[in-house]
Amino acid sequence: MGRSGKTMNINTPSALCIEQLSYAYSGKKALDQVSFTLQPGECTLLLGPNGAGKSTLFSLITRLYDSRDGQISLCGYDIKGQTRLALAKLGVVFQQSTLDMDLTVMQNLLYHTALHGIARKVALPRIQQELERLNMFERRFEKIRQLNGGHRRRVEIARALLHKPALLLLDEPTVGLDVPSRLAIVDYVHQLAVEENLAVLWASHLIDEIFPDDHLVVLHKGCVKAKGTVAEVLTSTDSRSIKEAFYSLTQGADA
Amino acid sequence: MNLLHYWRAMSGIIGRELWRFITQRERFISALVRPLIWLFVFAAGFRAALGLAITPPYETYILYEVYITPGLIGMIQLFNGMQSSLSMVYDREMGSMRILMVCPLPRWFLLLSKLLAGTFVSILQVYVFLGIAWFYDIQAPWQGYLWVMPTLMLSGLMLGALGLLLSSFIKQLENFAGVMNFVIFPLFFMSTALYPLWKMKESSALLANLAEYNPFSQAVELIRFALYSQFNHLAFFYTLGAFMVFMAAAIVGYNPSKGMMSKKGGA
Repeated sequence: MGRSGKTMNINTPSALCIEQLSYAYSGKKALDQVSFTLQPGECTLLLGPNGAGKSTLFSLITRLYDSRDGQISLCGYDIKGQTRLALAKLGVVFQQSTLDMDLTVMQNLLYHTALHGIARKVALPRIQQELERLNMFERRFEKIRQLNGGHRRRVEIARALLHKPALLLLDEPTVGLDVPSRLAIVDYVHQLAVEENLAVLWASHLIDEIFPDDHLVVLHKGCVKAKGTVAEVLTSTDSRSIKEAFYSLTQGADA
Repeated sequence: MNLLHYWRAMSGIIGRELWRFITQRERFISALVRPLIWLFVFAAGFRAALGLAITPPYETYILYEVYITPGLIGMIQLFNGMQSSLSMVYDREMGSMRILMVCPLPRWFLLLSKLLAGTFVSILQVYVFLGIAWFYDIQAPWQGYLWVMPTLMLSGLMLGALGLLLSSFIKQLENFAGVMNFVIFPLFFMSTALYPLWKMKESSALLANLAEYNPFSQAVELIRFALYSQFNHLAFFYTLGAFMVFMAAAIVGYNPSKGMMSKKGGA
């Protein structure tokens, strides 16, 4: 994974750059001075217990909320000043399913490409390509309602990639899935990051979704407790496993 | 980021809404049953209780069923507007509104497209309703059916924008009863949908005043005149004005930094 980091041109902006970001709900701080960057080809896991501020962070990156303090930029585009250019670089898989249950896989995907202004004749081969990679192409005319949870997630991941984003956000995408579906999705997304030189930000509270090459951002009570590669986080917390590091980072703050 | 992008997105949004409406047969039927019950049951029973004088746009004595028809058209659009606003609250909770909001187009344009989509659905409902009413001998001159089209567009947009505005304020998915009691019933009963203004003045001047300034009344009057190929200026500008105010407020409501979205929790 360090490969892409080394070949990074100094002029290429980070896929995602967050600086000094703070956010409060009616006086209660949900995020406090959060800063980190993501490079293309890196898979970064955003770890944190429930209520750590992961969803708030995602809402700010997708500009559902607006922050007064701090800055977010995608591929060098400021999310506030150049919203549309920034959003064009973003693919998202939300925690809850956002597919239309009564429409087919194809209809859902074509709706997405229409929203991104992609012509049908460009969209159709891309849809085929993305669905084939996930072994879903032969099911394209089935309604979402007929698919199981794992397959629905695959459709959502395919959808998030149709407009060729530089950054893929996944908000706990494996919640509620059985173990094989979960592993398949974890593997697939890691593979995507390498093959497509995609920056991935994956929010999770499941430690077994981490690969040894991944980068980590540990969030707790709105603050970044640790960031860096898995090895760096282990060294800095003097832990032997991620599990140990995670507990020492998040429990310690309670005291 | 060109016009073609806007066009593709808008037709995508409208196409999805129409398709959903056509495939959800229960929604289609229930949208029709409500005004038809008013027409066949309420209006028939009420006919004897209310004497109608000849007022524009009518040139002869008319049956109460004829009087109430534009009001019921308004009702179809009112319910449709509120229902799509509720579905938007639902969408926001379920997330499909988020998919719309993260696409790289200005938010006002997305909201307007969503609104247009809902309006088209309501126009479809209205024409089916008018078709059934035709067989019940409630017939306007044929030109009226053409003239009413642009007015339905405007009234649908106005009522939809009101729904949109409400949806930016409603914090979570509540039941339909709240909207029903506090929005639909007052708008509908305090209007010229069921009884003419002069008749209302006889019983309460206050009520008549409220009805006159109710944007829903003006939308109903716009439709009523259009069915007889007449253009009601006051009603047109009032409805247009109301649309612009509601729409502007809704856009502010959906603005991430200024509106209600920023006050909503959910961390």
